[in-house]
Amino acid sequence: MTYRIVHYINQFFAGIGGEEKAGVGPESRSGALGPGMAFKAAFGNEAEIVGTVICGDGFFAENMDEAGEKILKMIEDFKPDAVIAGPAFNAGRYGTACGAVSEAVSKKLGIPVVTGMYPENPGVDMFRKSVYIVETSDSARGIKDAVPAMSKLIMKMLSREPVGSPADEGYIQRGVRVNRFHEKIGAVRAVDMLVKKLKGDEFRTEYPMPVFDRVPPAEPIKDMKKAVIAVVTSGGIVPKGNPDHIEASSASKYGTYSIAGVQSADEVAYATAHGGYDPTYANTDPNRVLPIDVLREMEKEGVFGKLYDYFFTTVGNGTSVASSKKFGAEIGERLKKDGVDAVILTST
Amino acid sequence: MVKAIEATGIAVVHICTIVPISQTVGANRIVPAVAIPYPLGDPSKTLEEEKEIRRAILEKSLEALKTPIKEQTVFN
Repeated sequence: MTYRIVHYINQFFAGIGGEEKAGVGPESRSGALGPGMAFKAAFGNEAEIVGTVICGDGFFAENMDEAGEKILKMIEDFKPDAVIAGPAFNAGRYGTACGAVSEAVSKKLGIPVVTGMYPENPGVDMFRKSVYIVETSDSARGIKDAVPAMSKLIMKMLSREPVGSPADEGYIQRGVRVNRFHEKIGAVRAVDMLVKKLKGDEFRTEYPMPVFDRVPPAEPIKDMKKAVIAVVTSGGIVPKGNPDHIEASSASKYGTYSIAGVQSADEVAYATAHGGYDPTYANTDPNRVLPIDVLREMEKEGVFGKLYDYFFTTVGNGTSVASSKKFGAEIGERLKKDGVDAVILTST
Repeated sequence: MVKAIEATGIAVVHICTIVPISQTVGANRIVPAVAIPYPLGDPSKTLEEEKEIRRAILEKSLEALKTPIKEQTVFN
């Protein structure tokens, strides 16, 4: 039989538009669209993409419950046997949407669903335990590898074949342990592994340790009236002209700019370099992202001691975790040295 | 960035729209924002009203920075 599959994608992959269209609500179209064409080719006669459900990433992120319900209803109306979502690569809001839609499909419709993301996509940590997320590269260039892996996995689930291990099937670990018989006992395997490790050979652990990457909350400010506060943003606000050429996505650097004497992040002197959201509102009034105007008022009124003389900015759009950590550590060191008491960090 | 700055011992409040992402990443003090393209504003309002919105979010943020916490906290 030919299975009926519904595909969930965002406004960008549907060809509706980029960030300026991220606010569009859910809509449903029959047949395959955008990356769905590649899936259609991969499925051949075994499955058919009967419909595509689309939602703007911004709309989904800001109306998760409402959008989720509408999307689920639209998917259900196609009477599908399975659903594929994305792949979302390293797009954070798209990944969150794909994960949430997949989880709802799995829980409420009880049919197979597969999505795809880059391991650093925030949607991975949020949904990897509840859905199969095929590991993809960080950009749409990885579509050629993502489509066969996702199609293969969904067909396996549809034909009720057992799904193999994450390494074999190419999905991201879900934290599920499966019992199986091994020809060698644990002690032998452990010694084998140790010998390999001592020799410097490659070995694979049978139980990777979870990474708990948490920082304990810092001490609160005791005397706000004396506190020096710094403002940092991942929303890409820069002096107009972007003097340090911070990239619109996958930023490799951050900027440090003086705001001594600046009363407002006005549209004459500032703009956003961020390529991951509609820049209209931030460019009309950059204080909407970097709230210098109100912070200055509060400083004058004595609500807090002093606004630090510099702000730090980068573009949080597909920027790697490694880069963000490095930026944060450098910014933190400098603020510590300069006696800053607390940081307000704004994100778009 | 939030975590790496906080690791130096400086308290950080994260003003962001998609709270679940901030929670997943591990910010400790979180204040929800208005919308992705205008976290501290609202273009449908007058400039004065926008400043009030901005002020309210910033006051909440300072309140968060004054509050002792033991675990991740969203200041609604």
